[in-house]
Amino acid sequence: MTKSEKWKKINKSIKERPEVQDYKNWEELPPIPISLPIDGSIGATGDWRTFRPVIKEGCNSCGICWLFCPEGTISRKDDGSFEIDLRYCKGCGICAKECPSNNIEMVRESDMKDG
Amino acid sequence: MVEAQQDFIQERETKIIKGNEAAAYAAKSARVQVISAYPITPQTTVVEKLSEFADNGEMPGTQYIKMESEHSVFAAVIGASKAGTRTFTATSGQGIFYAHEMIHWAAGARLPIVVAIASRGPAPPWNIWADFTDVLSQRDTGWMSSFCASHQEIYDEILMSYKVCEDHEILLPKFVAYGGFILSHTSKPVIIEDQDLVDKYLPSLPSEEGWPHIWMDPKRPMMFGNLIMPSGFYYEFRMKIHDAFIQAKEKIKNATKEFENIFGRHYGNGLIQEYRMDDAKVGVLIYGDLALQMEQAVDDVREEGYKVGMIKLRHFRPFPVEDIINSMKKVEIIGVIDRATAFGSQTGGPVSGEVKSALHEINGAPKVLSIINGLGGREVSLEQQKNQLKMLVKFKETGELPKDMIHGTLWDGLLEVE
Repeated sequence: MTKSEKWKKINKSIKERPEVQDYKNWEELPPIPISLPIDGSIGATGDWRTFRPVIKEGCNSCGICWLFCPEGTISRKDDGSFEIDLRYCKGCGICAKECPSNNIEMVRESDMKDG
Repeated sequence: MVEAQQDFIQERETKIIKGNEAAAYAAKSARVQVISAYPITPQTTVVEKLSEFADNGEMPGTQYIKMESEHSVFAAVIGASKAGTRTFTATSGQGIFYAHEMIHWAAGARLPIVVAIASRGPAPPWNIWADFTDVLSQRDTGWMSSFCASHQEIYDEILMSYKVCEDHEILLPKFVAYGGFILSHTSKPVIIEDQDLVDKYLPSLPSEEGWPHIWMDPKRPMMFGNLIMPSGFYYEFRMKIHDAFIQAKEKIKNATKEFENIFGRHYGNGLIQEYRMDDAKVGVLIYGDLALQMEQAVDDVREEGYKVGMIKLRHFRPFPVEDIINSMKKVEIIGVIDRATAFGSQTGGPVSGEVKSALHEINGAPKVLSIINGLGGREVSLEQQKNQLKMLVKFKETGELPKDMIHGTLWDGLLEVE
C-alpha cells in the first residue's frame, strides 16, 4: 500500500482511525492532521472553569440556555429538563446571563461541595 | 462537486497574446475547476480573461467566484482545494501581502494551489511595475516559487506547476511569478497546446474523493489542521513541509523533462537553465524577464571576445543549491542580479544572499558580486546589462570593483540628476 493509499484508508474508515500514538515518527504521519468530531477532542476543557453554572429548582425548561451555550455542553434529558456536561463546560456564564427566569447561578468552584 | 466536461476542445494554436492572457490560457488548458478572483494591477487581466472564458462556455463546469479581497480570494481557493478541485487565481504586490495569513494556511494544509503573480513593487511609494520583492517576501510561507522569462514560459510553467504540486509526495502550493507590465501587458506569440496532449501530461483531475490526505464530505464532517499541543506532532508536521520541498527538486526536474519530451520546449533542468556557461570564465545568475535580455547581452559581450555565461534561476523555492554549486564552479566570478530587495540582509538582495549561503564552505566556489537593478520597474537596458558583464570581466582580470558600490552591493542604475 502506498503512503497516499494508507492516508486515504485511514481517513475513510472511522474504525481504522488510529490514535495519535500509533504514529511512530514524522515519516509515518500524513501531511496534515485531521480530527474526527468526537466529544472533547482537545481534552476535558471543563478544567478551565472558575465558576460553575448551577440550574436552580425554579427552572421551567425553556431551553434558552441550551440554545445559547457556545460549547454545546447543555443537553435535554428524557424528562425534558436540562443538564450541563461539566466535563466540557468552561464556565463562561452565557447561560446564566441569558436565562429569562434567572434560574442559573454561577458558583465559584471552590465554594462547591465537590469543587 | 464541479467536473470539467469534454465539450470544449482547444487545438494547438499560436496566439499573439499578453503575458497575463498566457496565464489565463494555461489555467484553461489545465482544466482548472475553481477560480477565485479579485482585481489588482498588473494581474487584473488574468482573471478578466478567465471570466471571459467562463462566460463564453469555454471552461465548462468551472466555478468562477468573485471575492471582496485577496484574503478572501485565497480563503476561497483553500476551501475549493480542500473539497478536492484543481484551483487557480492570480494576484500581485499588495494583494499578496493582504493574503499572507491565508498563504501560510494553504501551505500548512498542503493544498496544491497554483497562483500566477504579476510582480510589482511594494508600497510606499506606490508602485505597480516589475519588482519581485512581492513574491520573494513570501519566502518562508511554504509555497514553491518560480520565475518566468518569457510569455511562453508563463503558459508552460503553470502547466508544469500543476504536475509537481499535485504529486502525492509533494502536495504543496506554488507561485508562478513574472514581471508586471514587462510580461503581463506586452504581446508575443504563445503556443497554446493541444488539449489532448495537456490532458496526457497533467495528472487527472481529482476524483470525487479529492486529494489523498484531505477532502470534504458533508456526511462525515472532520476538522483539518486542528490544534496540536506542543507535546504533539506540530513540530513534525512542519518538518514534513521542508522534506516535501527537498523531494520537489527531483519532481521539478522530471516534470520539466517530460514537458520537453511532449511539447518540445526546453527549460534547462527545470530548476536552473544555463546559457553559454560551459566555457565561461565569468557568469551572472539572473531571474525573471531580465534573463531573456541578458542572453542577448551575453552574445554581444562574447562577440567582443569575453567568455561570459548566464544562469537563469527558474525556481527560488525549492532553492536549487546543488545545481547552483555545480554550475557556478565553472566560473571564477559570478554576478547575482536581483530585481528585488531584502533590506538589512548581508547583500540587500534576496537571491544574492541565498547564493552566498549556498556557496559557503564549497571548495572552488567563485567570488560572488551582488547586484541590484530595475527596482519598481526601472528600465534595465541591454547596454546596462552588457556593462554589468564587462564590469565582472574587469573584476576578474584586475580585481577592481566599481567605485560606487554601496555596502558591498552594486545598486546599478541609481538616478543622478544634474
